[in-house]
Amino acid sequence: MKKTLFDKVWDAHVVDAIENGPQILYIDKHLIHEVTSPQAFNELKDRDIPVFRPNQIVATADHNTPTTNQHLPIQDTLSRHQLEQLSKNCTENGITLFELGHKYNGIVHVMSPELGITQPGMTIVCGDSHTSTHGAFGTIAFGIGTSQVAQVFASQCLLLTKPKSLRVSVNGKLKNGVLPKDVILYVISKLGTNAGTGYFCEYAGDVFENMSMEGRMTVCNMSIEMGARGGMIAPDQTTFDYVEGREFAPKGEDFKQKVAYWKTLPTDNGAKFDKEYFFDAEDIEPMVTYGTNPGMGIKVTENIPTLDDASFEKSLKYMDFKKGESLINKPINFVFIGSCTNSRIEDFRVAAQYIKGKQKAPNVTAWLVPGSKLVETQIIEEGLKDIFTAAGFELRQPGCSACLAMNDDKIPQNEYCVSTSNRNFEGRQGQGARTILASPLVAAATAVEGKIIDITKQLN
Amino acid sequence: MEKFITLQSRAIPLDIENIDTDQIIPARFLKATDRKGFGDNVFRDWRYNKNGDINEEFPLNDTTYMGSILVAGDNFGCGSSREHAAWAIADYGFKVVVSSFFADIFKGNALNNGILPIQVSPEFLKVLFNNITSDPETIISVNLETQIISIQGTDFSEQFDIDPYKKTCLINGYDDIDYLLSKKEEILAFETKNENI
Repeated sequence: MKKTLFDKVWDAHVVDAIENGPQILYIDKHLIHEVTSPQAFNELKDRDIPVFRPNQIVATADHNTPTTNQHLPIQDTLSRHQLEQLSKNCTENGITLFELGHKYNGIVHVMSPELGITQPGMTIVCGDSHTSTHGAFGTIAFGIGTSQVAQVFASQCLLLTKPKSLRVSVNGKLKNGVLPKDVILYVISKLGTNAGTGYFCEYAGDVFENMSMEGRMTVCNMSIEMGARGGMIAPDQTTFDYVEGREFAPKGEDFKQKVAYWKTLPTDNGAKFDKEYFFDAEDIEPMVTYGTNPGMGIKVTENIPTLDDASFEKSLKYMDFKKGESLINKPINFVFIGSCTNSRIEDFRVAAQYIKGKQKAPNVTAWLVPGSKLVETQIIEEGLKDIFTAAGFELRQPGCSACLAMNDDKIPQNEYCVSTSNRNFEGRQGQGARTILASPLVAAATAVEGKIIDITKQLN
Repeated sequence: MEKFITLQSRAIPLDIENIDTDQIIPARFLKATDRKGFGDNVFRDWRYNKNGDINEEFPLNDTTYMGSILVAGDNFGCGSSREHAAWAIADYGFKVVVSSFFADIFKGNALNNGILPIQVSPEFLKVLFNNITSDPETIISVNLETQIISIQGTDFSEQFDIDPYKKTCLINGYDDIDYLLSKKEEILAFETKNENI
């Protein structure tokens, strides 16, 4: 039988199955952070169950960490307590932790790939819906709830019903200035926020084949925004080259053997998907969102649609936008470049390239937040920080930051923020804050101009 | 986990689509390290106005409505995987959430916390909203054994789907950890057999 990439990885991890019920899926790597793990540790403790495979768990502190003065004690008592709890739990259970200040600390979905922890063909889970990011490596990776975190602690397995399969193919040549973020925002704007619910998605076609690993991660990261538990891209030479030589990646003969296995993973010709969508690369342009879910996106050159629908109108009311209007020339006071979607070195290179020789608009507060300590170091070493500083930008320290505004990086009420993050939900970046999702290029241009501009005019 | 077999209750209507977990429990309330108390902040930014006053119009604050069933618009629970959303809903006192579509992760989280997510047809959802808003004292009956949801005193009812394993878990109050621990031998055998770990 012809198999998909997803089938191959899934089937290799099935331990057992319940008749007419879920399967027991073995989990290779379990990533944890401070927000969704403490209750799971408590549950195990209460039930006197030991952590089964601590050496397959890696922890980082990211959601609730400050992005300035990380060397000082954390001011917020609850946040400090949550981080202390993570350290205590990891120490007690023998789990590797890259805590605040550690040279490997960073956003869980940035840290794990860049250290070579994420590898093709694995199953990876984390109590965070953007775990889909790791699918860029041809990995089955998905977000889980805290009860499931406890299940993996206890057994290194999960009970799951195999999802259906979905393939999104994008072929052709992307226009100048169209970034991976635009590709995924475009796809979600066409398919909606629940097209993928119940499915695992594979991204195929030459657009993804020609993308860097950073770009593939941006795409897979947002799979959950169309409802899919995860998204995958077939591993290829780009993947192997990225993984090779990283801290926790297999080395020497072991690596060669792994590559031989990874090469068997891509979807067989003729394998069937439950659902397929096709798009042309030429149709995609730089995107922005105008509403309160990631499916509410338009090309920056387009106008907001006109629909008579209560939920749609509620969204526009929250955003203070009108049906049929254009976002071009909208004054913007906040710009955020960061999050597990767009905080990798490539994202900062794109921003720096645009910003070089220009100045940030005086009305704009711009936060540049690297995804990890390693990215931060690279930004400095490549001279990007100098470009940002000269242009009036502030480079902060790594963390999830204003993507979910758990720490102090909150966008004020009623303010617009052009953000490279993944969710434009009401209040996501702070109570009453209005998020416009975009690529790092659109975000950088907005910061320089102080308003949304038609970036396509500068590109052609 | 508490057992769930049947429930008769009034319901609170929340006729909004795409309710995401950031609305159910905003991120600033995720700093707690235990599972309790999240009900105080469920739908926080909809229950309170920007100036901090109670939003009297929000259905949870509208005293005409009460009950342990939440009836919500399409695609309920999308977004973040935070189980805090399910804890908040359970802590507020809901035992059943009805919608025409649920996001995957929320659905799983709800089931793992003894909350029954019932997916009904868009037509039946409309009937539910109409009945509850025209008569807030409408009683909804849920029977997990027969998998039927009905509106008492009317002919309206619908059969709903649930994974048979999850149904057994809810009816008996079992959780997945118990089951997985009973499979330790199979898991160890799998580890021995597979070198790709």
